[in-house]
Amino acid sequence: MSDESFEPTVIGFTCNWCSYRAADLAGTARVKYPPNIRLIRLMCSGRLDPTFVLKAFSSGADGVLITGCHPGECHYLEQNYKALRRFHLLRRTLQGLGLEPERVKLVWASAAEGVKLAHEIASFVEEIRALGPLHWGGNGSNQSSVISGQSTAHAFKEVPA
Amino acid sequence: MTQRITIDPITRLEGHGKIEIFLNAEGDVANTYFQIPELRGFESFCVGRPVEELPLLTNRICGVCPEAHHMAGAKAADAVYHVDPPRTAKNLRELLYSAFFVTDHTTHFYALAGPDFVMGPDAPVAERNILGVIHKVGLEIGGKVIQARKYGHAVIEMIGGRKIHPCTSIPGGLTKGTTEDQRKEILEMGKWAVEFGQFSLKLFNDIVLGNKTYVDLILGDIYTHRTYYMGMVDENNHVNFYDGKVRVVGPDGKEFVKYEPKDYAQHIAEHVEPWTYLKFPYLKGVGWKGFTDGKDSGIYCATPLSRLNAADGMATPLAQAEYERFYSTLGGKPVHQRLATHWARLIELLYAAERWVELASDPETSGPNFHAAPAEIPTEGVGIVEAPRGTLTHHYHTDERGVATKVNLIVGTTNNYAPISMSINKAARSLIQKGTVVTEPMLNMIEMAFRSYDPCFGCATHSLPGQMPLEVTIRNADGEIVEMLKRN
Amino acid sequence: MSAKPKFAMYWAASCGGCEIAVLNIHEKILDVDANFEVVFWPVAMDAKYKDVEQMEDKSILLTLFNGGIRNEENEYIAKLLREKSQILVAFGSCACEGCVPGLANLRDSRQIVQTAFNTVSTDNPKQVYPMTSYDVPEGEIHIPKIYPTLRTLDQVVDVDYYMPGCPPESHQIAAVIDLVIQVLQGKAQLPPKGSFIGVGNSTVCDECERRRNVKAIASFVRIQDRASELDPSLCLLEQGIPCNGPATRSGCRARCPSAGAQCIGCYGPAEGVTDYGARLMSAFASVIDSNSPEEIDRILDGLVDPAGQFYRFNLAGSLLRAGRSAWAKEKV
Repeated sequence: MSDESFEPTVIGFTCNWCSYRAADLAGTARVKYPPNIRLIRLMCSGRLDPTFVLKAFSSGADGVLITGCHPGECHYLEQNYKALRRFHLLRRTLQGLGLEPERVKLVWASAAEGVKLAHEIASFVEEIRALGPLHWGGNGSNQSSVISGQSTAHAFKEVPA
Repeated sequence: MTQRITIDPITRLEGHGKIEIFLNAEGDVANTYFQIPELRGFESFCVGRPVEELPLLTNRICGVCPEAHHMAGAKAADAVYHVDPPRTAKNLRELLYSAFFVTDHTTHFYALAGPDFVMGPDAPVAERNILGVIHKVGLEIGGKVIQARKYGHAVIEMIGGRKIHPCTSIPGGLTKGTTEDQRKEILEMGKWAVEFGQFSLKLFNDIVLGNKTYVDLILGDIYTHRTYYMGMVDENNHVNFYDGKVRVVGPDGKEFVKYEPKDYAQHIAEHVEPWTYLKFPYLKGVGWKGFTDGKDSGIYCATPLSRLNAADGMATPLAQAEYERFYSTLGGKPVHQRLATHWARLIELLYAAERWVELASDPETSGPNFHAAPAEIPTEGVGIVEAPRGTLTHHYHTDERGVATKVNLIVGTTNNYAPISMSINKAARSLIQKGTVVTEPMLNMIEMAFRSYDPCFGCATHSLPGQMPLEVTIRNADGEIVEMLKRN
Repeated sequence: MSAKPKFAMYWAASCGGCEIAVLNIHEKILDVDANFEVVFWPVAMDAKYKDVEQMEDKSILLTLFNGGIRNEENEYIAKLLREKSQILVAFGSCACEGCVPGLANLRDSRQIVQTAFNTVSTDNPKQVYPMTSYDVPEGEIHIPKIYPTLRTLDQVVDVDYYMPGCPPESHQIAAVIDLVIQVLQGKAQLPPKGSFIGVGNSTVCDECERRRNVKAIASFVRIQDRASELDPSLCLLEQGIPCNGPATRSGCRARCPSAGAQCIGCYGPAEGVTDYGARLMSAFASVIDSNSPEEIDRILDGLVDPAGQFYRFNLAGSLLRAGRSAWAKEKV
């Protein structure tokens, strides 16, 4: 499956109060991070519904980065713990579906940690590059055309009866 | 080869079934193939699931007999945990199961098989259905049939939580008990069910056994196969649907083997053919010798008739009397005539109703101990019950957390796949010969060959007029249709 | 012929439970018979694919389609009935969201066949597998192709209404039939296309009579470990039983929780839920009583099969639709 020209597509969910500002800070400080990530701002990591992550994967993302305030620093008191628990549960579920749990990562980054965030993004993109493409996407409506002449039982044709 | 006939019943046998009949140049039957075109993969995707969920997931194999899968699954899960459910739980499970048997056998006899006997196999199609039966024998019968199903479903719902796909059986027993009031209510319904069982046998007596044409049809060679017979028995070798050992008798009626559920794989194997998605179970001790009957072929049968043949009698008095009458009428044990299965089914219905009353009479049934928590490390287990359509085996392996690592299922109807195939073949050969014009009643006679097995299609009540759809297309060697015959 | 509107019901990769549920409306069946001409219903009457093929487009008023799309035959009939029907209802969990047979989407379909033909009791030394076309001495015979994944009805054809449940409760079926008959008599309007019918619009928890306090789970419990010690009047999830009530659509009257068993989610996602599993993950994560990663992991170890727990009935209809091995096969 390894693809020479594979450039990972990564979705990053950022918290309005910390990681989104950290990303801004990285920009103004000219700290580079790979363009593979598309950042989406949430008001809080606690707003992160697991649906968003599944939607990202089903739309073709190869990895999803979830970022939020450090434990104890949540603008809404405890919502980042909710994100933490969802993240743990989500990874287990994805593993059950045959996805590498490493395709989802949780990073705490305060508004002052632009360099740290840029570094985390860069290393996550490399981790995903190493995992290879996921290429989920599509809605299966093309199944019959994909499969015609590709019957599962057809594969057994070579088996001597 | 000049012709090919396709019978394509778009109905259930864990999916849909299709019959291909090939004729040779003389116009005689060269061969028949009964194909099952569906595979849903339960044995694969149940792996990785917690064992307590398997009685709920395997339920969904069949919405007609989910109770059977639920019970076999729960018993296999008990065995995985090496836990013995308390008497109250066993009583309740078997009580639910007895009510289910009454319901299911009622449905089959009155809606599916009844029309062939009550109306006759060559009656007009429009009359050969449940409504025809009601017109002929009286409206109050229709009311009784609906009542029997309602009572049965009421009991299933009371104990199993739902009418379809029960949810209360878990490793070690049940999720809930039953109140004293409910037990008494169930008991009253059971008494009615016993009367209904007796009534049904009397009806069979009057209409079928009182008619020489039918008796000749039952005793005729066309529907006769000498095979091994399988059924579950209690410690007295009496028929039991919920628990016991599996006993197999030979075509001569002598015991061939009697095994504990956990040892099933030493005795049963499944043969594979590349033209169908279903496997063909056979007796390992005899071996697979192809589609042939007799003592040297490992093909066995698991039906109400088989259960009676494999047992020494019935555990309840009224059913035992009928059992004796059955064999004295048909000339001793075992009975090989497949159409006698319908009679056997009614004897089982009466037994199930009597058992229903027995269990509902036991004060333990409404006792407080409906569950025993497992204490041992889960490993593997086998659960066997008699489904209406044959011996049903569930075999689970788990890891030490009780998560399934391997699942094997031998489903009721699957046991009979080879015998059904042979019955179809024989009926086709007897009925379609040189120069025969295939007629609708002839199709029905072929249908009757496998309807007696009550394979898992259309075993729901036919509240509306109807019967199994069937179509015969006769093609010449170039595949052109030369004749088509359809029911409508 | 009859001027009555035409009715059809069909089963694809289903179990027959939906048919039984319809028949269990007992006397109401007579209303169906009185108000409709039943033209195609394999369990109950004789009509063939060919008869349907010959019908005029849109000549069937109402078709209840149950079962998922597992093979080419299922797909063909789905498309055929779509052409011939004015109103096509995805009837039951299989057609709506894949149901239990949809769990097969966790596996590569070749693996499914290989597993089935290599069980402990299967005698298959030559590794014989079913073939879609096979030459027997007398000629060639065929069985339908199995697709890499099981799909829901609306992933194959356009669906007008959804009626979930495994199976839909008979009282709900009766209500829907009443509604359609009222529409025929001009006494009622059809709901907007795409509506869920014969269901509630809240969650199973809202229907459940068990008492709810503040949920805080310190450990998950398996039903067999504590069935007889559970409080029959208290929320099961609060007692640690992984109950799917919070994400599941109402309409069944909370049958399973009332019988002491956890809701397994057969009515599918509650109103407005995009992905059933995601909603349930949120719900479970919210009530886990810990903020430490190690402790959270220990608690989650009690959920032995998260993917199965969250997608038991809904995998085919979920955002991801399948596990990776099945998905990869489909992408070939």
